[in-house]
Amino acid sequence: MATFDLELVSPERLLLSRPVEMAVIPAYEGEMGVLPGHSPMIVALRGGVIRVTEGGRETESLFIMGGFAEITPTRMTVLADEATPLATLSRAAAAQRVTEAEAALAAAANDAPEIRDRASDRLQAARAMQDAAQAA
Amino acid sequence: MASLKDLRGRINSVKSTRKITQAMKMVAAAKLRRAQAQAEAARPYAQRMERMLASLGAAVAGSPDAPRMLIGTGRDQVHLLVVVTAERGLSGAFNTNAGRFARARIRALEAEGKTVKVLTVGRKGTTYLKREFSSRFVGDVSYHNVKRIGFEQADELATRITAMLEAGEFDVCTLIYNRFQSVISQVASEQRLIPAPLPANDATAPAAAGEAPALYEYEPGEEELLAALLPKNLAIQIYRALLENAAGFYGSQMTAMDNATRNAGDMINRLTLNYNRTRQANITKELIEIISGAEAV
Repeated sequence: MATFDLELVSPERLLLSRPVEMAVIPAYEGEMGVLPGHSPMIVALRGGVIRVTEGGRETESLFIMGGFAEITPTRMTVLADEATPLATLSRAAAAQRVTEAEAALAAAANDAPEIRDRASDRLQAARAMQDAAQAA
Repeated sequence: MASLKDLRGRINSVKSTRKITQAMKMVAAAKLRRAQAQAEAARPYAQRMERMLASLGAAVAGSPDAPRMLIGTGRDQVHLLVVVTAERGLSGAFNTNAGRFARARIRALEAEGKTVKVLTVGRKGTTYLKREFSSRFVGDVSYHNVKRIGFEQADELATRITAMLEAGEFDVCTLIYNRFQSVISQVASEQRLIPAPLPANDATAPAAAGEAPALYEYEPGEEELLAALLPKNLAIQIYRALLENAAGFYGSQMTAMDNATRNAGDMINRLTLNYNRTRQANITKELIEIISGAEAV
């Protein structure tokens, strides 16, 4: 089956770089499946799970805290703010993040709308992390 | 003339100093390797970010409501200088160089009639600049209790700068840090952060890589994307500076400690020579006393 090059990088390191058959990414406006030959796009990502398919099976699934993806017909580059393999996701850490994000949102209640939006995005990402941790 | 006992004491003390500097050199070398590896690991993200920014920036450039972080406030009056130095000394002229560079910049900007605000990162730069420019300080950040600088710290700093920009507290933001040129040479230099210098969108680069210059679709729109991407880019630039600063610091410390070890060695040689001469002189003197005593009898 046809493949495309997937690169997954976080600020601290290069996590993944190899040809894959399909990847599902948590785009800002909904989950998005990417196959080889996809039209060129740059999308923002929210907190969610990236699933990678190779040889007809799902081989990798990582949780990301938001980021960006650049897609061309032959490759996809994902810039993740933070990426953790699902298997190592801890429920306690996720719960703590949710509490922190809730507090931050409450503290930002009187700030400018952009700041509030950012805080609420972060809370959503933290909730997604909790869900992912519970499902894993 | 120092007595033999004094000389012995000094030789021993220099010897233990040499042991310490030697150990510090070794520790610095190990940490330098780690810091370099970390800087290396951060490179792919920065490169890809640059590529994305170049294509997005080209799409938005010229639009009057492009984000502030890209085009600035349109004025050039208030300058924010972010000065990055190390947390500790014993590293030669590393911190002094960055401090001196910052001081020269502050003076030059004020001579032009601009307002200067200073934000220091790292304890050494804070103490260096606070004496003279404490009225320009808007804050200082210290990582002395952080074991390993991560992206988290850079992100925090970037958020702080972004908040200041949104509050209209400055027009231009410049980062001053020691660029890591090689293990033995770090150059104090500056880099403009806001307005963000766009990476040159050379259409030849993708063509050389065998790809058609792609016309991207954006989701959400270009401007929303750019507004989200620019703060990330800011954080990345700061992260890179922090890592280079860390690597440079260890490099500089390693060189400084190597010199100190060598100097201690020289000093031990000199003192040992002195010690032997004195001992010889004492023996000669005693012999003369004995002989002349025997002759007198």
